[in-house]
Amino acid sequence: MPRVLLIEDDRAVREGVALALRRQGHEVAAAETGEDGLERLRSFRPDVVVLDLMLPGMSGLDVCRGMRALDQTLPILMATARGDDEDIVVGLEAGADDYVVKPVQARVLEARIRAVLRRAAGAPAEGGIPKIDTYGDLSIDRAGLSVARQGTPVALAPSELRLLLTLSASPGQVFSRQQLLEAVWEHSYHGDARLVDACVKRLRAKMGEPPREPRYIQTVRGFGYRFASR
Amino acid sequence: MTGSARRSSGGSLRARVRVPQLRGLRVRLVVAFTLVAVLTAASTGALTFREARTGVLQQSQDAVIKLLRAQVGKLAPELDFPPGESELRRFAVDVAGGEPSGIWRVLVDYGDLSVTSAPDDPFEELTPALRSAVDTSPATVFQRVNSGDHTALVVGMSVAYAPSEAGTVTSGIQVFLAVPQTNERAYVDALVAAVERATVAALALAVLLALLAARGVLRPVRALRRATRSIAEGRLDTRLAVDGSDELADLSHTFNETAAALEESVAELRGMEARARRFAADVSHELRTPLAAMSAVTDVLDEDADRLDADTATAVRLISEETVKLARLVDDLMEISRFDAGAAVLHLDEIDLAESLRRTLAARAWTDLVEADLPPPDALRGRVDPRRLDVVVANLVGNALRHGARPVRLRLYEDEKPGAERLAVIEVLDSGPGIPDSVLPHVFERFYKSDAARTRTEGSGLGLAITTENVRVHGGTVRAANRPEGGAVFTVRLPLRRDELSDEGRP
Repeated sequence: MPRVLLIEDDRAVREGVALALRRQGHEVAAAETGEDGLERLRSFRPDVVVLDLMLPGMSGLDVCRGMRALDQTLPILMATARGDDEDIVVGLEAGADDYVVKPVQARVLEARIRAVLRRAAGAPAEGGIPKIDTYGDLSIDRAGLSVARQGTPVALAPSELRLLLTLSASPGQVFSRQQLLEAVWEHSYHGDARLVDACVKRLRAKMGEPPREPRYIQTVRGFGYRFASR
Repeated sequence: MTGSARRSSGGSLRARVRVPQLRGLRVRLVVAFTLVAVLTAASTGALTFREARTGVLQQSQDAVIKLLRAQVGKLAPELDFPPGESELRRFAVDVAGGEPSGIWRVLVDYGDLSVTSAPDDPFEELTPALRSAVDTSPATVFQRVNSGDHTALVVGMSVAYAPSEAGTVTSGIQVFLAVPQTNERAYVDALVAAVERATVAALALAVLLALLAARGVLRPVRALRRATRSIAEGRLDTRLAVDGSDELADLSHTFNETAAALEESVAELRGMEARARRFAADVSHELRTPLAAMSAVTDVLDEDADRLDADTATAVRLISEETVKLARLVDDLMEISRFDAGAAVLHLDEIDLAESLRRTLAARAWTDLVEADLPPPDALRGRVDPRRLDVVVANLVGNALRHGARPVRLRLYEDEKPGAERLAVIEVLDSGPGIPDSVLPHVFERFYKSDAARTRTEGSGLGLAITTENVRVHGGTVRAANRPEGGAVFTVRLPLRRDELSDEGRP
């Protein structure tokens, strides 16, 4: 039973969303403030966090950064008003995996939660594929879902991990942003391509890629991204 | 978008200004000043010349007549009467000798005798008119005679003896004097030359003054023209520097006041509009939080409605459905508010447009309802905002499916116009009755409903308005029209922007 930590300041929204998620079979803990949410992180040990960006007191962005500082791999889903474009970009750069636009129907939120949990759970193991792929100083354990560079483990959020797995599964192949949105985020073709760009940025930073000339995840202008294996 | 149109009209404006420069203020001022100068110089010169000439001639002839009279008065009493030819000749020579420089020529008549001071002088200057005047008048008579280049003064008088008891008695002797007027002529010639020189100088001065005056007038006029154009181009803070206190300074002052008033009222209007828009945005924003709570539980209502009694179930389903519609309406309102506030941002990505359109249809299960006529994969790529393109196509196709009749067709092709910007053209055609002519100009207006009853349809009433804004923010256009063969057609033209460099996705 997935455990969802919901951080939302408005009582009605909090109760409505919690009710809907519980009925979908989730175990829900609801927090009213960011501080409370961070507190519950330790006690509740959630599988996924649904975080409202507009919070009184400690802002949603700060909560997001605080959570990432504690746990690099925790799936975080932002709830935001459409058009708060700056917030979305900053939130994604702060480490959120995905976002939903309020008002959101329960089944849409539920689908996003399932998708981000699937990302964290990893791909079903396929026979014939070696467990650990090595590209230069980068090693990717596809079954164990861990990544190491020069032997040092790199802690990745679910989206980052799934993005790297998807790209590196076909080295040299160019993926368009739309393809990656569908493959990694299970969004529609017309989803927000900034998810991809922000995630690539985070992934490159975590892998210690030089910003001007990335070694592994390369931009193909006008088309998208590719994984360079050499 | 209107910027380019304004620029081109500005170009034609400039061309229009250049042509009538020949009839411009500067030329007109120079011509007027020159005319006035010429007229003044000519009339002043002519009057001066006339007066001076008359004065000079009068004075010289008065002197001549006075001298002649004195000479005759002195010499005549000494003359024997009746005189002989030799006596008359001596008399003539003596009279002529009265003028020391010796330019006098004298003719003396007495009866049939006629002698001249110079021997064999034909004395051609003497006219019959003068002779008859001397015959009839006791006074001294004179005439100015022009013969060829020469002008001569001819004076005639009868010699009278001192008054006797029978009144003045004429002696029958007539004296004629011819004096060449070379000095006087030289005088007059010099006068003409002086007037001519003065006229040329006055003319040059007039042209110079005209140019200076034109500059003085034209500089503020040019400044005014520049400022007016600047205002027309939307720079309402344009002001003129006012110097001096003439009519042009007054005009500049008035211009500044007008511009200030215009700027103020435009600012006021903009402020009012901004407040109205902010209000709409605020209202939508405030509605969103309660709607977020309601939207979260509509699924719960839907699931449990079956277990309720019929009336309650109907009420619950109604609330659920309308909540979903309300959420969509508020979402559309928020979207429109962002366009109004200029806060709509394009997230451009280079994509295969045909693929995007195909996906739009597939995501809404319209693939079987719409005949798609799309180019092959990767034949038409462009930099667009994929989400906004999806909204545009979905709104237009959805509109056609709701209001037009099937078959609905979706076409995509590149507008190949040599030299022009590359455009993608998206057409949505339906086979319905078309759009009434009275409705056609309004289809893209917000909340416009073609029938007076304002029946609610599936859409929020903002779909086509949002479509227009989404196309516009791409720099494209959207038009609605009726096809001659029936049915409506919506045409979107989008610039492809393939050459532009992207900021997104940089390493």
